[in-house]
Amino acid sequence: MNLKREKLLRFGFFLIALTTLSALAVITIFIFIEGVPIINKVGLFNFIFGMKWAPSQGSYGIFPMIVGTISVTLGAALIGVPVALCCSIFLTEFAPPRVRTFVRPAIQLLAGIPSVVYGFWGLTFIVPAIRNYLGGPGLSVLAGSIILAIMILPTIISISEVSLLSLPSLYKEGSFALGATHWQTIHKVLLPAAKSGIMAAIILGIGRAIGETMAVIMVLGNSVALPRSILDPARTLTTNIGIEMGYASGDHQQALFATGIVLLVIIMLLNSVAQLIVRKR
Amino acid sequence: MTLSPKITQKIAKTIIWFVAISVVFLLFFIVSYILIKGVPTLTWKFLTENPSDMGRSGGIFSTIVSTMSVTAVAVIVATPLGVGTAFYLTEFTRESRLTRIIRFSAESLAAIPSIVYGLFGFIFFVIYLKLGWSIISGGLTMAVMILPTIIRTSEEAIRSVPVKYREVSYSLGGTKWQTIVGAVLPSAFPGIATGIILGIGRCVAETAAVILTAGSALRMPTSIYSPARTMAVHFYILAREGISMERAYGTASLLIIIILAINIAANMIVNRFVAKGK
Repeated sequence: MNLKREKLLRFGFFLIALTTLSALAVITIFIFIEGVPIINKVGLFNFIFGMKWAPSQGSYGIFPMIVGTISVTLGAALIGVPVALCCSIFLTEFAPPRVRTFVRPAIQLLAGIPSVVYGFWGLTFIVPAIRNYLGGPGLSVLAGSIILAIMILPTIISISEVSLLSLPSLYKEGSFALGATHWQTIHKVLLPAAKSGIMAAIILGIGRAIGETMAVIMVLGNSVALPRSILDPARTLTTNIGIEMGYASGDHQQALFATGIVLLVIIMLLNSVAQLIVRKR
Repeated sequence: MTLSPKITQKIAKTIIWFVAISVVFLLFFIVSYILIKGVPTLTWKFLTENPSDMGRSGGIFSTIVSTMSVTAVAVIVATPLGVGTAFYLTEFTRESRLTRIIRFSAESLAAIPSIVYGLFGFIFFVIYLKLGWSIISGGLTMAVMILPTIIRTSEEAIRSVPVKYREVSYSLGGTKWQTIVGAVLPSAFPGIATGIILGIGRCVAETAAVILTAGSALRMPTSIYSPARTMAVHFYILAREGISMERAYGTASLLIIIILAINIAANMIVNRFVAKGK
């Protein structure tokens, strides 16, 4: 009797635990069902490498947005990754405990601020600054990169901090015992030892940058043309959906779901790589 | 010429201190930039009056109600599912292929961009289940989004409950259910609460997924099937369409204050929890 009840209980929790898996399946299936027909109609190659996005004329090419996504993300990584690494080294090695208990929540807070607020700050502060000092319209790849660089900091910092903290203290002690300075230890022993965790952190940070929508919509200018410099406006895959989903219908709406498919595939690939790296340790 | 290790260390240390302090300074700058311009707008009238004329005048009361309703639906749905999953992963099974699959799905859900959640919520809840742009559609979409956060924090909290709690409960003749509810849950509760609080923060802050599922109707919602405009969506529309910068700053300030409060609450719980654990 008791055993039977226990089995039932176990089964109930098992069903609950299947929610994540079924949610993931339903999300994937519905996005694909909506998006695949238009990809078939246009052709996968023409959809991904097409240079022209003009829904009113029936042209659905997302290549400019893929370039937009790649350039904004690359920019964000170039600015964000070194800063994030400095912060995680700071938190694990240099910060006095008092400072640490203050800096760590501050960085967490950075993760909680709504992305629209970042976008708004970028629009009212970064964009005019770029327009005045560097030229161009201000709404640009550079503005998007700066905002995203700030937004991916918490992800990269917290994950690489964990991987630095999980190193055995023997590594550090051994290095000190051999007469290495603190920085030599960090640079030659700790960072290489935490390499895989840091790589995973960077990949997840990049994933966040690729997926961000609202902040980027406000500072990127959203032009469908291919950006020629970092001071040009651009459009990313996410902002393409965010801007046009409000009024799209028919083929146009399906093309936005197809954009979602591309996004989903990229994110899933990145996420799998990151998880493989973490698991290998 | 190479620098001596001592000098390199000094340079590296200086740079790292400088960068870390700059990041904290940047955070303060962003937060105060919004607050200084927005807090003067935050009067009692602004908070309790409904918006009128597309948000050009009036307050933001209906958007506060909408935010709370969407968040409530999300939390009510996601909490039992998330906590239940965490219990399954920790109390009912060993590490196996199945737990790996469940964890992988949770991590994947956490990585999916919010705009894709928006697309999914729109086609699944709004169109396929015919719930329309509504609080329920928005809330259910957000529930899926915050599920991974709740699972992760709950799992950590449950794992940190000492084994002896369970042993004592079993040795007193407690069943599995009694042990979970009576011994493990109370002591894991602060950690679980942190996960829920962080989930609330995400619901309040989210824009992309909510605008596609709950819509952007400015009217006061009358039931969970009413369309709704949350604070974050309202702020986005005010700012992007340049309707009223003053009210945009005001709404943004309220958002930041809420997020600030949520973070402080989560930290306090974690700290008390850690202190108790020692």
